[in-house]
Amino acid sequence: MTGFLIQQLVNALTIGAIYALIALGYTMVYGVLRLINFAHSEMFMVGGHVAFFLLAATASLAGGPIGVLVMFAVFVATFVAVGLLGVGIEAAAYRPLRHASRLAPMLSALGVAIILQNVVMLFVSRRPLPFPPFLPAVSFKVFGAVVTLNQIFIVAFAVALMLALAWFVNTTTLGVKIRAVSENPQTAQLLGININMPISLIFFIGPGLGALAGTLYASYYGIVVFSMGFIVGLKAFIAAILGGIGSIPGAMLGGFMLGLLETFGAGLLPMLTHGLIGSEYRDVFAFSVLVLVLIFRPAGFLGEAVTEEGMVYKRDF
Amino acid sequence: MAIVAAVVAALFHFVPGLPTYYVRVIDTVLIYLLLAIGLNMVVGYAGLLDLGFVAFYAIGAYSYAILASGQFGIHLPFGLILIIGGALAGVAGVLLGIPVLRLRGDYLAIVTLGFGEIVRLLMNNLVWMTNGPQGISRIDQPFLFGFALKTPRDFFLLLLPLVLVALMLAWRLECSILGLGWAAIREDQDAARGIGINTTLVKLLAFGLSATLGGFAGVIFAGFQRFVDPVSFGFWESLTIVLIIVIGGVGNLVGVVVGAAVLIIVPELLREYSEYRMLLYGCALVVMILVRPGGIVGRRYNPAWIIQKLGWR
Repeated sequence: MTGFLIQQLVNALTIGAIYALIALGYTMVYGVLRLINFAHSEMFMVGGHVAFFLLAATASLAGGPIGVLVMFAVFVATFVAVGLLGVGIEAAAYRPLRHASRLAPMLSALGVAIILQNVVMLFVSRRPLPFPPFLPAVSFKVFGAVVTLNQIFIVAFAVALMLALAWFVNTTTLGVKIRAVSENPQTAQLLGININMPISLIFFIGPGLGALAGTLYASYYGIVVFSMGFIVGLKAFIAAILGGIGSIPGAMLGGFMLGLLETFGAGLLPMLTHGLIGSEYRDVFAFSVLVLVLIFRPAGFLGEAVTEEGMVYKRDF
Repeated sequence: MAIVAAVVAALFHFVPGLPTYYVRVIDTVLIYLLLAIGLNMVVGYAGLLDLGFVAFYAIGAYSYAILASGQFGIHLPFGLILIIGGALAGVAGVLLGIPVLRLRGDYLAIVTLGFGEIVRLLMNNLVWMTNGPQGISRIDQPFLFGFALKTPRDFFLLLLPLVLVALMLAWRLECSILGLGWAAIREDQDAARGIGINTTLVKLLAFGLSATLGGFAGVIFAGFQRFVDPVSFGFWESLTIVLIIVIGGVGNLVGVVVGAAVLIIVPELLREYSEYRMLLYGCALVVMILVRPGGIVGRRYNPAWIIQKLGWR
């Protein structure tokens, strides 16, 4: 029993870390532009593909200390490449709509998501591509559970990235500007902050983190495919809401919470209901949690309590 | 008046003569138009962003599939199921409306999205009732007043009057006191409450009425296609219907008609480039939103403008 629980815990933390990284992108963009960036899930997918090609190109250098350096170089390159893609998308598809209705940028994001998915499907590959594992398949036995090196790496790397982000937004001036703009763009402008640069930076970091999440996910499951963004993106979005959308620590917390809820929910539901509800209800579980949280605490766990007086805008969109 | 009657008569006369493929496309346009008129009440009139509308479509379709096929051996008549399906969907709409009364803007959108997905997942997983991912096939052929609805032509003759009635009803509602209540909620919910509008009732009516229309469309769709499966009722469908309204022109019935026509016919025209179809669709969407964020048909050109142009009043 302990082994089963620890196994579920490890699985939960692994997928939770990935959700958390993607959720950060959603939450930062929503915080500043009040935009649900549907294209973000495709950043995740594109990141996985970019890493695939970079790893394939440097396959000859694999192994040993050089291999480790190359691996990190691939990560950096993926982050930068997809980050720049994010900045470009913001400039082309979201910035012109900043003063239009709230619905317009969302639909533009949707269009961008369709474009990205189809470009990859048509010009890269329709079928799943096998992602090379960049760590040896070592595993450890912990109290009856099997923990792979890959899982440890994913969790450790994701946590390191989140700590780096937290340091950045709390300590550096630029990071504080990002937080200010994320909290309230109008007031930030009143204080003399030019919001365009922090916004572009948010669209660099968010998609970049999503891309790294895509790389980690691809290494965990061994494949990349053009359709992998949708469901994972949706779940990461739920995670961002759980934690409180607009709140950076909220996204981190929400990601891990959703990973735990999903894994334990799906794992324990059959046991608790004696097989009446099976684990295929995992997704229903996730969505039901979302609906319940939004009904009873729309702000999520770390968001500010949303009151009707607090709603500054009058038209919903 | 004469112009309108002439146009309608022309439609009735000429369209059934077209090749079956065209009639089928027009039928699809009409079904989506019915859905869009329903969603327009919630999104366009009342200003509540509902991203899970497909749930009511699914409820209507599955009601017909379950109650008129070999699934349970029940074979109720089409007309009866129209009423049952519409009522079930309407009740579901009100049930969705009750917990979301306090939510605004994006939170409402997300909850409705979640609700839509939950319904689809339930359809997928409640295998004993809905046959799960395999869907329900060999659904009964619908009979209405003794006439069999077999070919797309038959469905066109059923759908066109239905859609015209729905358009008229929607327009009358828009001009009614309920419609004014919706407009008040759309512009400023708090002020509306402040002047004494019962926002709860008005919102629930919006959800309920739109859901009923969605249910009707679903029942007809099931009779038309005679096969339902959960795949046709996903987030993508909800988005398509929202897009019809937004690209056509939000809150504007003329825009809704234009939007439905554009969003169904253009992908059909692009069928030749079937591989690149979705890519072009995405590009067209982004360009459209950037160029005309308000929709194709401007706010000015609403049914009142048309009525005025035709010299009806």
